[in-house]
Amino acid sequence: MEPGIHELTAGYALDALDPEERRAYEEHLEGCQRCKEELARFWDVSTSLALAATGPDPSLELRERILTAARAEPQNVVPIQRKPRLTRGWALGAVAAAAAVVAIALGAWAASLHGRLGHANDRLAADRAALAIVSDPSARFVALAKGDGRLVVAPEGRAAMIVDGLEKAPSGKTYEVWVINGTKPTRAGVFAGGGRSVVAVQGTVGKDAVVAVTLERAGGVNAPTTTPVAASQPV
Amino acid sequence: MRSQLAHLSEEALVALVARGDEVALAELYDRVGRMAYGLAFRVLRDDRLAEDAVQDAFLAVWRTAAGYSAERAKATTWILTLVHRRAVDLVRREQRRRAEPLDDAEGHEEAASASAEEAAWLHFERERVQAALRQLPDTQREAIELAYYGGFTQSELAERLGEPLGTIKSRMFAGLARLRELLDDTANHEGPWNPEFTS
Repeated sequence: MEPGIHELTAGYALDALDPEERRAYEEHLEGCQRCKEELARFWDVSTSLALAATGPDPSLELRERILTAARAEPQNVVPIQRKPRLTRGWALGAVAAAAAVVAIALGAWAASLHGRLGHANDRLAADRAALAIVSDPSARFVALAKGDGRLVVAPEGRAAMIVDGLEKAPSGKTYEVWVINGTKPTRAGVFAGGGRSVVAVQGTVGKDAVVAVTLERAGGVNAPTTTPVAASQPV
Repeated sequence: MRSQLAHLSEEALVALVARGDEVALAELYDRVGRMAYGLAFRVLRDDRLAEDAVQDAFLAVWRTAAGYSAERAKATTWILTLVHRRAVDLVRREQRRRAEPLDDAEGHEEAASASAEEAAWLHFERERVQAALRQLPDTQREAIELAYYGGFTQSELAERLGEPLGTIKSRMFAGLARLRELLDDTANHEGPWNPEFTS
């Protein structure tokens, strides 16, 4: 490898290359594992430099402005209901996403930064399962017939329910998830609600099944006793 | 109400953003937005331009989250890289650079919105980085600070400092490699956050 271009890794990590050199380096980077590794480590250093630069606070309006602009903007989302071409890049992306999810258990950097550890391990395990499904590039969305949110169905019928706007279940109560095949509901997990819930559906969700959520006695019951607060379209 | 996504890593949040999840984007902003703005402000020295850089970067996160790979960089690193790239692009376009970008943006103590633990962590991290920078040879430190905080390219630095371009390139590489060693040496082995600071 040309030593000159290798040395540009530092300038690239600091955004200090002229446009032409930047392009040349990016081309080189695609095929150079050594530079990729070096760059990853230099980026850690530039992140430290970024953290050291803390200045005043942004205006409160900036957050809303960003979210409003995002809502108005089309996104490069994974197309719904299309078999993704599993190129090498995507496959790696999926592995990386799964690895990222695993990182939660390792007391990921941000979690410790914000002092937000202390969730029960089983809760984390369930969340990891849900996130693995949600971030599976071959999963598809199914709209809800009732409630706000969506059902995400990955291959082999693994599914996660995303429900927005459910009040936290009152004391002595819990939300219970059901997989309904025909008219037969099967228990598929419980959750507490409140804000946005991302819940792994236990068992598998087959074709034409419906996933529904009811409010039940704490601990869950064997068959639903109330009207669903959320329900998917048939899968 | 605390976000339901509070327990997720930034990497997992980016995975949700790639699925069009606005709540996850908001959570990412709540975690990284202040750091991002602090960085953009340090480079640009202007509220409006700094906010533009942060907004552009978060919209880039929104648009391109599906292409993010956790193998390449941590999500926070990725976002701050996008912010920095936009900030230096803007500073070059606006020709806003000050003669002395080395002045620290002192006087911006942690704002009331930061939690005590976050403020303590940032304070600790900033001290650590500044201590490491002070240990670099002056020429290396100067090259890194003028490039990263001042937005100067290597060839602009060569001209400004009256040195050959090759010297600047080598200096920057050696300086960044040394800074990495210094930071590794002082890092907590369980991660950058030292839990002792929380209690």
